Amino acid sequence: MSVLVYAEAHDGAFNKKAFEVVTYARKTADILGTECIAATVNANNPEKLGIYGAHKVVQLQSDSLEKFDTGSYTQALALAAEKVEADTVILQHSADGKSLIGRLAARWKCGSVSAVNQLPSHDGGFHVEKPVFSGKAFATYSISSDRRVLSLVGNSLPPEEMGDEQVNVETLDLEVDAPKVKVIKVDKVKGEIPLPEAELVVSAGRGMKGPENWGIIEELAETLGATTACSRPVADSDWRPHHEHVGQTGIAIRPNLYIAIGISGAIQHLAGVNNSDTIVVINKDPEAPFFKSADYGVVADLFDVVPRLNESLKKFKAS
Amino acid sequence: MNILVCVSKTPETTAKISFTGDNSEFNTDGVNFIMNPYDEWYALVRAVELKEQFGGEVTLLNVGPAANDAIIRKGLAIGADKAVRINAEPKSAMETAGHIANYAKDQEFDGIFFGKETIDYNGSEVGGMVAELVSLPFISYASKLEMESEDQATVTRDIEGGIEVLEVSTPFCLSAAKGLAEQKIPNMRGIMMAKRKPLDVVEPESVDQPVEVVRFRLPEEKGEVTLIDPENMDELVRLLHEEAKVI
Repeated sequence: MSVLVYAEAHDGAFNKKAFEVVTYARKTADILGTECIAATVNANNPEKLGIYGAHKVVQLQSDSLEKFDTGSYTQALALAAEKVEADTVILQHSADGKSLIGRLAARWKCGSVSAVNQLPSHDGGFHVEKPVFSGKAFATYSISSDRRVLSLVGNSLPPEEMGDEQVNVETLDLEVDAPKVKVIKVDKVKGEIPLPEAELVVSAGRGMKGPENWGIIEELAETLGATTACSRPVADSDWRPHHEHVGQTGIAIRPNLYIAIGISGAIQHLAGVNNSDTIVVINKDPEAPFFKSADYGVVADLFDVVPRLNESLKKFKAS
Repeated sequence: MNILVCVSKTPETTAKISFTGDNSEFNTDGVNFIMNPYDEWYALVRAVELKEQFGGEVTLLNVGPAANDAIIRKGLAIGADKAVRINAEPKSAMETAGHIANYAKDQEFDGIFFGKETIDYNGSEVGGMVAELVSLPFISYASKLEMESEDQATVTRDIEGGIEVLEVSTPFCLSAAKGLAEQKIPNMRGIMMAKRKPLDVVEPESVDQPVEVVRFRLPEEKGEVTLIDPENMDELVRLLHEEAKVI
């Protein structure tokens, strides 16, 4: 038996999340005492997955896989897993991975756990933990079926160079049914890192007083190379676009650094960001609840302190 | 157009999270439960709008105990025509999906709608599972759904850093994200009418149970926040670099 990991290629290229999931799968395979086989579709450089720990790479090939469809991709992954005798399939917890995990588990009637962020354990059963209640608790799941499917949330572990590009890449020609859903258009925001993938995020809230004041936030984000985000009231007032809204009803993120500026830290906002590795809170109200969840806090007027933080960062970047 | 909307019961967003039974069960003491917001605000409301556009019926489905009837009545007040409760207390997404599929497979729905995830277990698995079990196409994270006719839909789906626009013919399964509809507060007439709408209780068939939660834990207490002198932003930068190692 082996571990099959699906590393997504977008426009032929892998991003960091693909390398993370391969490293996670390799470590899972080590725990289970088996091999890690990476599957990919339409990738330009499938051998790269060898660097991050895959013992072998299979490029899944079928006309039905040209565009994403949950039905055809589920079928392809299931066929590939059966061919390489994988009993454990690991997906990215991405828009596509989240759509596949349920289908694949149901196809095999096996146990699945989505959005895991820890390695499983395999001592008298298969156990794996994931955050639940929007990050307010963790649950350990026990899977009793022979097969299992997991999806890994981004930024759970860093990709590690555990091998090299001299890895066996094989093309698997698969008989896959034609997709029942037709993709007619894909629109991506150009030039900036999408929030769910961002490692550094600068976020601002109602404390900004109005959309005309966002210049200092954008400057800080630019110095850091960070992506900008905002709280719900800000998006609801159309001060900032809705795709920047992080929180329970917006996007849930887990960057390495989250800087919250003029955001009080309502529980619904925290639910979307409290898995961030390091949280900096800047607020003039020392009673703001966000300080309880922060690693570093600055109690000050944001209009005074944000430009000075920007200057300090510029100095640091230049040194 | 006949649509099945699957709704779940979740603790409200501000509920205190704690556990009992040696950390094996969620402690429901003093917790208010609501209809999962993605199921209610987006999936159910859009289904009711489509029914108003094309005629047909919206059926609300919940898998759960009798205590869930209050939430089901709210769904009927929002505009579902009838409701079905499968009298089971599932321990996993697979069990829930198994019950839904057992009910849906013998019916002719043009659409089966779900919320994109529940706010308690955050799984986003049930929609895809049901789609596979009843062999239908599945579109996740739909933020827009337009029906050109009763059997042809154009759906916008949220993907990383953008959107994807798709076409699909009925019947299909869909999970709803923010944007699909506007939250609707039931009015007095809706609430009165809901009392007379049918709520069937169906006893469950046996389903697969390949996974379960064995233990919960709360996050470790975050250490005290380190307060930085506002006059010394160099110090914050130093800590982010040397201590947190994030820049």
